[in-house]
Amino acid sequence: MDIVLQQIVNAISLGGIYALLALGLAVVFSIVSLINFAHGELMTVAGYGMFFAAAVSLPFPFAVCAAVLFAVIAALLTERFAFRPMRKADATGLLLTSFAVSAILRVIFQNGISARPKPVPLPSGFAGVIDLGVLHVGIVPLLSIVMTALSLVALTLFLNRTTLGKAMRAAAEDFQVLRLMGIKANRVIAVAFAVSGALAGIAAVLWIAQRGSVDPLMGFVPVLKAFVAAVIGGLGSLTGAVAGGFALGILEVLFQAFLPDAALPFRDAFVLGFVILILIWRPDGLIPAPAARRS
Amino acid sequence: MLEVSGLKVKYGEVTAVKGVSLSVSKGAVVVLLGANGAGKSSTLNAIAGLVASTGSISFEGKPLSGQPAEDIVKRGIALTPEGRRVFPSLSVADNLHLGGAAHASGDELKKRVEAELDRFPILRERYRQKAGLLSGGEQQMLAIARSLMAGPQLLLLDEPSLGLAPLIVDKVFDLILGLKQRGLTILLVEQNAERALEIADHGYVLQTGQIVLEGSGPELARSDLVKQAYLAE
Repeated sequence: MDIVLQQIVNAISLGGIYALLALGLAVVFSIVSLINFAHGELMTVAGYGMFFAAAVSLPFPFAVCAAVLFAVIAALLTERFAFRPMRKADATGLLLTSFAVSAILRVIFQNGISARPKPVPLPSGFAGVIDLGVLHVGIVPLLSIVMTALSLVALTLFLNRTTLGKAMRAAAEDFQVLRLMGIKANRVIAVAFAVSGALAGIAAVLWIAQRGSVDPLMGFVPVLKAFVAAVIGGLGSLTGAVAGGFALGILEVLFQAFLPDAALPFRDAFVLGFVILILIWRPDGLIPAPAARRS
Repeated sequence: MLEVSGLKVKYGEVTAVKGVSLSVSKGAVVVLLGANGAGKSSTLNAIAGLVASTGSISFEGKPLSGQPAEDIVKRGIALTPEGRRVFPSLSVADNLHLGGAAHASGDELKKRVEAELDRFPILRERYRQKAGLLSGGEQQMLAIARSLMAGPQLLLLDEPSLGLAPLIVDKVFDLILGLKQRGLTILLVEQNAERALEIADHGYVLQTGQIVLEGSGPELARSDLVKQAYLAE
């Protein structure tokens, strides 16, 4: 029982990170039909934000803020200078642009900072474990779950209560008509990128809290997973992205925990096999976007 | 009020509008008639800035051509697009709110919402419902109300009666008449030529992207071309 409960905590905490990343991809995709493969590099930027903040001896909470801020700024800059000039391009053109941005940023990290992992000091309390009777829960997975929950609540409030949030939801449904209302397309798109940057930043903090270091390729694997999560959930659907993120996290932890040792090296194959089954069952994803646009 | 001259709209190799010139005077209802694909919607979309065009468009004596849709609505021209196109997953309240958000804020925005709810009591009943759950007629009311939230001087209405039950069509035309009586200028694209000409001060007939006939409402209603092609006589 103990093992099962602990695995559930692990699954939710890992799924939460995937959910935040998938949500970041979905927010942008729902509005500009761009699958942003440079999303991983936003994570990496956030990681270096934490590293530099620690290097100038900023306290940990400020390092977290720096991470999120760096990712938001990077997201806005890539939107302004890479994606906005390509706005009229088709889906393939946008996809290639995002690969280019991703490659350029990786080279900048490798040559400008270091190809090797840089340590990010974490508060000593992070190594601790909380005892809840039968359950021993690590501080990091617990913080992860709390941060994910708070981020999801904040995003929901933003999308439902603020004019900009409503405009983003409207833009996902009919961007042309939103422009007819006099609402600036550029502003709505920039906000979508900023939101996706903030989500990548938060995910980066949670990711680094488990590893304690940042390297130029840090964002690649989690964002690849997040892309899978977004597809499971239904590309462009925000609730779908969250569902897909948690589904993928749960699958990974389940296979990790219960596959026989000999099969463990093939864990990802099992996970992706299961993803294929889900997509055969629901080709548009678990919770498809209202107008499922596949590109 | 609105002067369009030599308007051309191209979609790739296809020219949808081939040099349309028309004018709309203040307080008038002007109707654009024509078959599917005649270029009516393209003309409205070009005026509203949604599609690129050549030729000249001026509003209140100042040029409009080349400006983006976001700026044109701020100049006082609102378009209610064909097919209503309400935001289905947003509530009626949010649809209205977004219609006015770029033009008013705070109490002024609330006042405008109240004015539209007074004009369309059915929207008050449906205020918290998702727009996608409304009937076709209610969605059309919402789409028009949302356009009016911008406080336009000129309203471009694209096929407002399309796909609606006859009883609802009556309501839509009553509404247009009511808006006219309150001094709003309206450029109307309509398939229902008979009803449209009843309320129109002036009209144009478009065929394959060109204007082939123009005149006052009664003149057009009497013309052979309109009778044969659009009034099913």
